Amino acid sequence: MMLEWGTMLYSWIIEPFADYGFMKRALIACVAIGLACGPIGTILVLRRMSLAGDAIAHAVLPGAAVGFIFFGLSLPAMTIGSFVAAALMALIANFVTRWTSQKEDASFASFYLIALALGVLLISTSGSKVDLLHFLFGSVLAVDAESLLMIAGASTVSLLLMTVIWRPLMVECFDPGFLRSVGGRGAIVHQLFMLMVVLNLVSAFQALGTLMAVGLLMLPATAARFWCYGVVARSLLAAGFGAFSGAFGLLVSYHANFPSGPSIVLVAGVFYVVSLCLGTRDSFRLILFPTPQHKES
Amino acid sequence: MNDTHAFNSSTKAIEIRNLTLAYQGHPAVHHLSGAFEAGSLTAIVGPNGAGKSTLIAALSGQKAGTDGTIDFAPAIQTTQARASKLAYLPQQSAIDREFPVRVLDVVTLGAWRELGSFRPVSAQIRARASEVLAAVGLIGFERRYIGELSVGQLQRVLFARLLMQDAQIILLDEPFNALDTRTAEDLLGVVLNWHRQARTVIAVLHDIDMVREYFPQTLLLAREVIAWGASAEVLTPENLKRARQTAEYWDDRAPWCIRPPESGSRG
Repeated sequence: MMLEWGTMLYSWIIEPFADYGFMKRALIACVAIGLACGPIGTILVLRRMSLAGDAIAHAVLPGAAVGFIFFGLSLPAMTIGSFVAAALMALIANFVTRWTSQKEDASFASFYLIALALGVLLISTSGSKVDLLHFLFGSVLAVDAESLLMIAGASTVSLLLMTVIWRPLMVECFDPGFLRSVGGRGAIVHQLFMLMVVLNLVSAFQALGTLMAVGLLMLPATAARFWCYGVVARSLLAAGFGAFSGAFGLLVSYHANFPSGPSIVLVAGVFYVVSLCLGTRDSFRLILFPTPQHKES
Repeated sequence: MNDTHAFNSSTKAIEIRNLTLAYQGHPAVHHLSGAFEAGSLTAIVGPNGAGKSTLIAALSGQKAGTDGTIDFAPAIQTTQARASKLAYLPQQSAIDREFPVRVLDVVTLGAWRELGSFRPVSAQIRARASEVLAAVGLIGFERRYIGELSVGQLQRVLFARLLMQDAQIILLDEPFNALDTRTAEDLLGVVLNWHRQARTVIAVLHDIDMVREYFPQTLLLAREVIAWGASAEVLTPENLKRARQTAEYWDDRAPWCIRPPESGSRG
């Protein structure tokens, strides 16, 4: 009996990764993306920038299109194009927010819509029959050694950079005026952080597609919020949720023959809904059934 | 350093000349000139819309001037020097209270001069943070999150951070607003202590009685200087009445101001 269960679990969980190289690469890619997205997503949520990831993901389109027009279906060219377009959009939107009194969400909305329209225009005039939408939704099973290196590299760089700029980044989040008054470089730190968001979304595009990558960026972070309060605790939990969603979503996609991106994001979505209903902070459960006791002080 | 001649008496901490601060062309502070003495304790008083917060933000370097100059004493002339020797406490709305950060971390940030962005927090700095927390009456609050604090407790935390900063010039924007009497008294004690230590303190205040009793100097502002000097001489009924009448006047069709540069209204 025990043995049967053991073999079943083995064939369900281990075998796909043990037997197929593409599954191994996909697993490493998804876990890496999930780990880096946890803390980044947490900070986006705390800065009330949950939709910025979405905006950035849309802004890759003109860059990818330019890469495609000049170099054809070349992955590096399209990746670099995407990165440049999204980074440029984020930098400009940020710059406008800092120098005028327009709010961040309004600047992001303005510039990503311009970028998106430009992208659609470029694609429709490039005359190609290749559907660039494939690019936006990606396929984790096509991750080769090169893109794996890039994904793992982006995650590692992001996590390291994050620990280096952690202090000014935190102060910039909750008290930017103080940071400015003591001569801290809040603007640069924020730009670096936005570049990290771009880097991760673009690196994740081949595995998940840029649009699906936003799911892995935000859902673990919004889910973690229902379990703990401190920034570090939330970041770690979100990283865990993200990595697990990546691995489990891959298995679901493998066994049920679903597309990988949506499977992974839906697993993250399940984490979010369960957290929303049952979490230990602010969840539906606590709102419907509040604790009747209170402490002495 | 080449501008030291501006300070023929070296006791001036900040000298303002013909300063105009405008929003979309409308002056919030209009042709202001005068000086804050080193070691002075000055209250900035005036009706709503008189430009008090704008002025103090400009002194802290957070708002750029439209016209005129702000000169600092030689020791704090550079922006870097001011970043470590000048502390500014804006009105409370500037801080995100929902951000999950602990009281001790906020106070520790006051040691930014030593810490910067990257240096580790020494045990000594952490001990000093606990000390200043005790000094503002918050013993045992180190591990609490700022979101759990009352308005008064948060203001005590921000004062603790100012104590940590150990600055020579301290700018406070309505520091006692919405505080109960006991908190206001405690924090006023901190301010008076700074004055005894010969630091230059400038505070925007609304409580005229408090200013009369505790603040030796007053700048009465209503976009322009109504009066600036010893509090008893500034806070006369006529001056206060004049301040009330001049403030909150904003005309979209007003002509561009073409007052010659050196005719600033000297208090």
